[in-house]
Amino acid sequence: MRVKKNNKLKGLSIHIMPYSEIRELTITERVKKILNLILGNRVVILQGRLRPEEEIRLIEDTMAMVDHIKTFKGIELAVVDSNKEEGFFLKMRRGIARGLTGESGSLTVIGPANVVKEIKKDPSKIEVFF
Amino acid sequence: MLKILYRLFGVFKKKDNLKIGFYGPPNAGKTSLANLLCKDWTGEELGSVSEVPHETRHVQFKEKVEIEHKGKKMVLKIVDTPGIATKIDYEDFLGYGIAKQDAKKRAKEATQGIIEAIKWLDDMDAVVIVLDSSENPYSQVNLTIIGNLLARKIPVLVVANKIDLRKSNVKKMEAAFPEYPVVGISARKATNMNEFYDALFKLTKRV
Repeated sequence: MRVKKNNKLKGLSIHIMPYSEIRELTITERVKKILNLILGNRVVILQGRLRPEEEIRLIEDTMAMVDHIKTFKGIELAVVDSNKEEGFFLKMRRGIARGLTGESGSLTVIGPANVVKEIKKDPSKIEVFF
Repeated sequence: MLKILYRLFGVFKKKDNLKIGFYGPPNAGKTSLANLLCKDWTGEELGSVSEVPHETRHVQFKEKVEIEHKGKKMVLKIVDTPGIATKIDYEDFLGYGIAKQDAKKRAKEATQGIIEAIKWLDDMDAVVIVLDSSENPYSQVNLTIIGNLLARKIPVLVVANKIDLRKSNVKKMEAAFPEYPVVGISARKATNMNEFYDALFKLTKRV
């Protein structure tokens, strides 16, 4: 992806990831797969959401990479939920209880921080700024 | 394993020196609040504070902080952690007049601090999440921290800090985290500390 002088993006690369693509993977493999795509300057749209321990591991591994890769500044991460009426805690509890979060009806957007400037979020909407 | 046994037989657990972690995003006022507590009850502050994000880059703690409030006493280990973020760019620090080399060093230490803060999560008896009440509470970092505490069954108190700011919105914080007690304070001006201590004593009862 390149940014033209007038700040318009050229060739933004988005990777749509069905949950089936990571269902059989371990936490380490899942995080590695996502981070490899991010390091390739891709924005990942994952069907479902990661478990809390996977999200925190993603942050942990991201920080380790920021420490080691000169041009990598980190990630932007947000979860969009289809059911606005259901509270965060109920969703989270269901996610934890099921252990399978791909069926939660959520979408997770993860992008490299140098590509995705900001993901603004409130319960009813999400805005992604490139 | 020991932790699980402690939780199973919680009634036998000695409730002295409970480890209370201060978690949250950068610049929310974790160290300001930890300093306020430590200064009030031990006479010494815990760490330096700054308007530059990621001032706290290592976990710092104070043992045996004895707090007395409304005739009740408790002894805590106050654990102040670096702010958790998903991105660190040394160039962000340049705007605060920090030299390039120092900014790079700060960024490197900040990334390591975040990893350290995450590793300490498992070791906490209870957590005070400190948020800036003038900012949007729905950031994924906040939700990720809370999600992990929920999964680990660690009791949580949400502190909506900076209520002295014009844009502060405690009601929005309460709406974002309806299942947790939320206390609005200003650590900088030591406002609403009575309510904070009430909530802190209640929090330790849930351990």
